[in-house]
Amino acid sequence: MAAEKVIIAGFGGQGVLLMGQVLAYAGMLENKEVSWIPSYGPEMRGGTANCNVIVSSKKIGSPVISTPDTLIALNRPSMEKFESSVKKDGVMIYNKSLIDVEPKRSDIKAVSADITNIAIEMGNTKIANMIALGVYLGITKVVKLESIMQALKKMLPERHHDKLPLNQKALEKGMSLVA
Amino acid sequence: MAKEFIKGNEAIGKAAIMAGLDCYFGYPITPQSEIPEYLAAEMPKVGKVFLQAESEVAAINMVYGAAGTGIRVMTSSSSPGISLKVEGISYIASAELPCVIVNVQRGGPGLGNIAPEQADYFQATKGGGHGNYRLLVLAPDSAQEMADFTMLAFDLAEKYRNPVMILADGCLGQMKEAVEFKKTVRKEYNKDWTIGRGEKDHKVISSIDIEPEKLEQRNLKLLDKYKTMEKEEVLFEEYLCDDADLVLVAYGITSRVARSAVELAREKGIKLGLFRPKTLFPFPKKDIYRVSQKAKKMLTCELSTGQMVEDVKLNSHKDTEVYFYGRCGGVIPADLELLEQAQKVLDGKGVRF
Repeated sequence: MAAEKVIIAGFGGQGVLLMGQVLAYAGMLENKEVSWIPSYGPEMRGGTANCNVIVSSKKIGSPVISTPDTLIALNRPSMEKFESSVKKDGVMIYNKSLIDVEPKRSDIKAVSADITNIAIEMGNTKIANMIALGVYLGITKVVKLESIMQALKKMLPERHHDKLPLNQKALEKGMSLVA
Repeated sequence: MAKEFIKGNEAIGKAAIMAGLDCYFGYPITPQSEIPEYLAAEMPKVGKVFLQAESEVAAINMVYGAAGTGIRVMTSSSSPGISLKVEGISYIASAELPCVIVNVQRGGPGLGNIAPEQADYFQATKGGGHGNYRLLVLAPDSAQEMADFTMLAFDLAEKYRNPVMILADGCLGQMKEAVEFKKTVRKEYNKDWTIGRGEKDHKVISSIDIEPEKLEQRNLKLLDKYKTMEKEEVLFEEYLCDDADLVLVAYGITSRVARSAVELAREKGIKLGLFRPKTLFPFPKKDIYRVSQKAKKMLTCELSTGQMVEDVKLNSHKDTEVYFYGRCGGVIPADLELLEQAQKVLDGKGVRF
């Protein structure tokens, strides 16, 4: 793996920024080079949010991604904004629970997953981001599931550690969707 | 040592505490507010002072006062806030007091916006405030260097009894990367000049000299100091410049994008190189000259309408063609965009500065 560049985008509140941080943190735990940049305009709940994450085996040049290897779009505006930027033969994971349009491009691998609805079935919409991350890990295998769990444990305050098993289930569920 | 996954702004805060920061005075402004946020939480834990002033002007004058006692002092802000501080910075430079000033640049001019820009280069390197003074200006390109340069800044400030500026930008401030915080040995410098130590002898720290001859002497002493910095403190990085047909010159976040452009170019067999100043004052004059003589073509890339390019042009070999490409207002160019501009220059279609 030289460098895996991913743009993660969705509504504010869907946990896209945290999801990117967990991924980068896990990369760091595997001794890889990592970078994470949030969109930091005057954001608000319900607005769009996105982050750029790079996990690489060598020194990272630009942390700003122009052509992502992968796009994870959790809502329709995100897919519409970033689909065209995905590298040829790259991957686009999109949340069909909230996206009622079809991908426009045929030169990328588009993977649809019913992310939000599965999260609701699992009893907590907040874990949609971990389901999406699971799908991503299942396809790209950028980092190991154990590293993600270790990263979550380090990043979440201890009072939330009782949620770790649910997060793991969500990640595994996501991975199983593309197994 | 284990690395930490941390924001550039927080890395500055943490490194400052490790460097022995005694007092922080500041006023919040995006995109640097994580610095005071971090220090507000952490400084009291180590028994040090965090103070949110009523304004930027108040904060820089608190820095002036505290620096006179020889302790380690820092303030931070972003572009419009730094503009408010420059009067105080001129006083501090004249009084020869050590302190660290962080500018996490944002879009300007005026209130501008909170996105990254590099349009405060002139302000940082050529003065900003009035009078013959210079800041020593460090330009980090990563969260790691945000930490390393902060520690370095405190040492340089004391070594030269001069304000040191860390010139970052909103992108470097907001991004998270893995950082190794390397504990450095604090150098001890002569502190005979300080006040407030209960000594009987009367000392005055001031920036006023009524007699023109005396003020001229003060200016010449400062000039001497700046010349020593130019001899001894220049820092830069060269990447694949040796066989380059065209060398990109960039600092800070833009140098990261330029590095990617160089790598993309090399994959296609196009010989690009990158020259990255790490100190903006002192500017790596001799090394720009040396690299420009060999490369024949230089393309300066900045998040501005053209500021550092003036220093590149001034110090390049007379036969070297100097080109410029900039984005501003908070727009960061893509690596492909810089590659396209480089290709234009190589094809003879670039815009000469």
